[in-house]
Amino acid sequence: MRIAIIDTSTTRAAIISEGLREAGLDDLVLIDNSHALVAQIEAANPEVVLINLENPSRDVLEEYFAVSRALAKPIAMFVDQSNPETTAAAIDAGVSAYIIDGLSKQRMMPIVDLAVRRFNAFSRLQAELHEARNALADRAAIDKAKAILMRRRAIDEPAAYALLRSHAMQSNRRIAEVAEAIITSAALMGDDT
Amino acid sequence: MTLDRIRIGFLPLVDAALPILAREQGFAAAHGLEIELVRDLSWATVRDRLLYGHTDAAHMIAPLAIATALGRGRPAVEIDVPFALGLNGNAITFSIPLATETLESGQLGDPWTVGERLRQVAKARVEAGRPLRFGVVHRYSSHNYMLRYWLAAVGIRPDLDVEIVTISPPFAADALAAGEVDGICVGEPWNSVAVDRGVGRIALVTAQIWRRGVEKVLAMRRETASASPDLVDRLIRALHDAAAHFVEPDAAEENARILAQPAYLAAPEETILRAITDRVRLSQGATPLHIPDFMFQFREAANFPWRSQAAWLYSQMTRWDGTPFSSEEAARAEGVFRPDLYRRALAGSGAILPGASSKLEGAIGDPLGAGSVQGRLVLGADRFFDDRAFDPDDAETYLASLP
Repeated sequence: MRIAIIDTSTTRAAIISEGLREAGLDDLVLIDNSHALVAQIEAANPEVVLINLENPSRDVLEEYFAVSRALAKPIAMFVDQSNPETTAAAIDAGVSAYIIDGLSKQRMMPIVDLAVRRFNAFSRLQAELHEARNALADRAAIDKAKAILMRRRAIDEPAAYALLRSHAMQSNRRIAEVAEAIITSAALMGDDT
Repeated sequence: MTLDRIRIGFLPLVDAALPILAREQGFAAAHGLEIELVRDLSWATVRDRLLYGHTDAAHMIAPLAIATALGRGRPAVEIDVPFALGLNGNAITFSIPLATETLESGQLGDPWTVGERLRQVAKARVEAGRPLRFGVVHRYSSHNYMLRYWLAAVGIRPDLDVEIVTISPPFAADALAAGEVDGICVGEPWNSVAVDRGVGRIALVTAQIWRRGVEKVLAMRRETASASPDLVDRLIRALHDAAAHFVEPDAAEENARILAQPAYLAAPEETILRAITDRVRLSQGATPLHIPDFMFQFREAANFPWRSQAAWLYSQMTRWDGTPFSSEEAARAEGVFRPDLYRRALAGSGAILPGASSKLEGAIGDPLGAGSVQGRLVLGADRFFDDRAFDPDDAETYLASLP
């Protein structure tokens, strides 16, 4: 069964492809979102199309499916009315699926389930990456603020950290926010950090 | 006071103004609502989010609301339209080579004259084996129906003499520049973006084809609208207040500044200001022309969802989908537009409330007083360019009379 994947994120497209291959579905076509979308789909002649929900090309794609006589069989959006949770889960995960007319639900369900799991995994990865980046930035700011305090108040590192921490607790802010404030004010005061 | 949250999906277009301004200018808060806006880039996504509960309401092309309720292309879901977000505001823009062949410079074309020139070009292009191609924003859009109405009336058969394809408005200027399409029918700011980039010239505005054509609507799932009538009422009042403020001349600059923000249209403020003040620049560097009624957001009870507007859209849907006219479907299509909800929400406010729910479309030449249950209603000229009028009770005769 040939599956076409269209995604504005090439990383996520790779993650989905990998998942489908692991499940033994290896007739995959990755479609470049930026250029001649319809011609690429026509050439690929897929039975299933997976596309990210937020893809700006979805109206163009749906119109193509509605009028195309080039594809062997008409393709329609996968909306499982007997099991609306599946469709809702796909929309929630941010994936939409189109299938050729007549493809059985039993064959389609595992693909949709898998795409949903992979989309969700990708979102989690992104969230973790975002957190990790923030944590790194926080740490850099705290280190810099500690250095400023150590120099200005002639204290050691544990004392500088304790000062930051107690001030954060008193003012109900994150330590990183207090650190940012110290760096900003030091810069404004002309303190060479 | 805690505010009730309501999520509204939209596409970055000038006519998404009312929900955006209702939020930003405090009209929603004044009715106890916090509007959360969800921006998308395709109508398919706006529709899916509405159907699967990511949003409670949506800024939507009117024919798509009807197509969704009728189950065209996917299983039917009951939809209510209690409020129209505006009339017209779209234009037809030609590529520079096509404009050079068909348009006079410096003025807006006459639909008949431009149509006749276009017909000759279209014929030559078919003979040469490369038919003209136009891009519209969606199969179920007023853009598609207005363009087709005009083409058919001037003797150009859509799909036979010219190709009509779907194109995402943000990519429309690129498609014109690359020669992928010869013309586009899209909403603002996308015509002006093409003009300012020097890749297209505005040939006509859709208000020239139908002076009072229904455009975007507020769509809700009937299930949602029925479950929370109080929320629907307050939302309609907030949008109505925002619309009244929107047309105040002094408000235009601030409106444009808000709409231009990255979270909303992410488009140049000056371009948006032109559109919302009915000033249209036809070609690159030209002085903008004032086109009365280019966009129509409030006057003459423009937000009232006339059932006859839905009936006209359904007539065009059967015409261009090639499906038989069915009175059962026509009744369901008309039932999507909910003038009763509009009246319920605005009773006792200063809003004008028409007494009828349906009218003859395109039959008014000179401003005409019309019956109302609240306020004084005067309807302005609403003609189609070919002077045909649409009687919602006799849609079949109308359809049979069309070319």
